[in-house]
Amino acid sequence: MPDFDLGKYAAFIWPAYAITAAVFAILIAASLNHARRWRARAEALSAKAANTGAGRK
Amino acid sequence: MIPAPAFLTNPERFMAFSRWAAPMFGAIAVVLAIVGLWLGWSAPPDYQQGATVRIMFIHVPAAIVCEVIYAFLAGASLLALVFRHMLADCAAQAAAPLGAGFTLLALITGSLWGRPMWGAWWVWDARLTSVLILFLLYIAYLALRASLDDEAKAARSAAILAMVGVVVLPIIHFSVYWWNSLHQGSSMFTKGALAPVYAWPLFAMLAAYLAAFGSLWLVRIRGEVWRRRAEAAALRMARA
Repeated sequence: MPDFDLGKYAAFIWPAYAITAAVFAILIAASLNHARRWRARAEALSAKAANTGAGRK
Repeated sequence: MIPAPAFLTNPERFMAFSRWAAPMFGAIAVVLAIVGLWLGWSAPPDYQQGATVRIMFIHVPAAIVCEVIYAFLAGASLLALVFRHMLADCAAQAAAPLGAGFTLLALITGSLWGRPMWGAWWVWDARLTSVLILFLLYIAYLALRASLDDEAKAARSAAILAMVGVVVLPIIHFSVYWWNSLHQGSSMFTKGALAPVYAWPLFAMLAAYLAAFGSLWLVRIRGEVWRRRAEAAALRMARA
């Protein structure tokens, strides 16, 4: 069973895990947002280009 | 020459492949992280490090993965430079922010381990300094790509920087043997150097970090492909 009694080292171990979780959360959110934003923009522009006759040849 | 799989060379096939591969790697990462954390937090305190051995389960994988990412960044840069392949350039560009994130994690978690064990947050030790240089290389790569308006020129310059910077990888690896170092040598892949009760959670966490990187890398490459498609569509509209 996991043992969460960290004694005198708790002040170093919990921040290490908290910072790791925060960095992962930022990387995941930034990566998903980047992909979603550009996908929406690419699809909107492609549709607009197709409507104006400037679609892919 | 070994032919590359089509999903690595054809953007359409890559998008089809990454659509299911990215969430699959993400799910694998979550499962492995749960297993690794459960085993790691169930392991007894180390006889020397005490409970700080728990930091090893997040520090060592970050330190290994940030080097692996740089190797991928340099490899993709080489392919982009030689073959002018769009997907390779996207892969290089997508790897850099992830590499910077993992290197930052290695530095911070290492510092939080070093304070109680060495009595210092930071020492100008060869291993620590070379990992800091790796972090600065990632930052320089990102800054170079962002600083030039001409994207082709920025990609070429950044690719050359990435390939020159690859020299830091053997320095990081061998620094603990070449110089007197506070940092311990490699124990993860040395038979018998690590008790199984610590080795298993460490391997599970390393696999989790690699899978997480794989998932995020694919997501970011997809984003880069969409960005270039959006810019190409905008250019076509401007010309029409």
